[in-house]
Amino acid sequence: MIPAQFDELRVDDVSRHFGRRRALSRITFQAPRGAMLGLLGPNGAGKSTMLALLATLLRPSAGAIRYGDREAAAYGPSLRAAIGVLGHDLFLYPELTARENLEFFAGLYGVASPRDAAAAALQTAGLTERADDPVSSFSRGMRQRLALERALIHTPRLVLLDEPFTGLDDSSAAALSRRLRGLRDAGMITVLATHDLDLAEGLFDRAVFLRDGRMTATVDRPEALRAMYRDIMSRST
Amino acid sequence: MSGFSRTVWLVLRKDFTVEVRSLEIAYTMLFFAVSCVLIFAFALVQEGRAPEGGAAGILWIAVAFAGTLALGRTFERERQSETLRALLLAPAARPAVYVGKLLGIVALLLAAEMLLVPLVALLFQAPLLAHPVWLALILVTGTIGFAAVGTLFAAMLVRARSRDVLLPVLLYPITVPVIIAGVRATAALLQPEMDAAVIRFWLALLVTFDVVFVTLSLWTFEPLMTD
Repeated sequence: MIPAQFDELRVDDVSRHFGRRRALSRITFQAPRGAMLGLLGPNGAGKSTMLALLATLLRPSAGAIRYGDREAAAYGPSLRAAIGVLGHDLFLYPELTARENLEFFAGLYGVASPRDAAAAALQTAGLTERADDPVSSFSRGMRQRLALERALIHTPRLVLLDEPFTGLDDSSAAALSRRLRGLRDAGMITVLATHDLDLAEGLFDRAVFLRDGRMTATVDRPEALRAMYRDIMSRST
Repeated sequence: MSGFSRTVWLVLRKDFTVEVRSLEIAYTMLFFAVSCVLIFAFALVQEGRAPEGGAAGILWIAVAFAGTLALGRTFERERQSETLRALLLAPAARPAVYVGKLLGIVALLLAAEMLLVPLVALLFQAPLLAHPVWLALILVTGTIGFAAVGTLFAAMLVRARSRDVLLPVLLYPITVPVIIAGVRATAALLQPEMDAAVIRFWLALLVTFDVVFVTLSLWTFEPLMTD
């Protein structure tokens, strides 16, 4: 399957309700190729719902999400082939080895040579020596590194990351930041939802601040993220 | 290999590898099914004589109960690390994911039946193995019918809080015709004079259920798992 090709992600006035509860209300932003966009906000702000919408797991109740010039329905499965998702849960089978997990997902995404792709991903994750150990024996940091490479194994155009810094020690977090900058250099559109403002400092080309499902601010090239976050959130209460 | 069959094979092989590593479902299912057969044997077999048709009923009760356990556990596994979501995010055909899961459950149940059949035959003194081809046909068609609906419902309920309660509540009323047809066909097999016409009738009914249930499940799996 040929993955969908698009150079821009555009979210136009998107709302999402679950029954009578409004999880997201009138969200608008855009991200061109090579951009890293941060979704920031407290628990329940709607960050994970936004990522699920971008991943095509949910449909907007109103508004439109355009990948390039088309909406998800116009692409079909080829759009899913162009999206990589690292969820809060890591989407890994603990009973399988690191290599088996990567080869399984590479196969599902129709990667030409799953074995070679898995070997390259293991090397990038620094897990070649543990390739044949079951994932259940891995530390949280090792799992997180493996899960990120699982999400990237098909070289997606859009990468969606939900709290990727959770449970990482300083060196793992620094390695993840370097890897994320590499995604930007590779021209991927990256959307990252996080609470770890210190770790995310300097990463984003644009930060979208959410609170109670509403967009409170959008800031290009944000600096002093924590102070900015406090300021924006206090103004929006 | 086409994209559809490659996805079926990948999902099936993955489920098989996970189960071989843990043997969690196999042990739970077998322990439960064997306990069920033993309890009924102690309750119903008096002075070495089993009630007529008892063996067929007990065999299918054990299969249905063990199958419900296997269905629940198989999808619970996919829920723990949200891997079902990862399967749905992949560009693979979603009906192929369903077929892969279905074949895994059918294989598990058939493996359990290979142990249950001789056990029931022994404890209920039933000539279950006298016509192995007929018996295999009945078990395979009945198991597919039961698992086809069960796989769909178990996948649908994977995020429901009360999924363990809801699965049997939804599954048994719909699969009762399959289980009845399986019991009647197996009972006909155990008659002193086997009536091939009666068995053919129940088998045809089982095949019809299989075709209907698998077709409906393939048709509804994608919309039910989306949004």
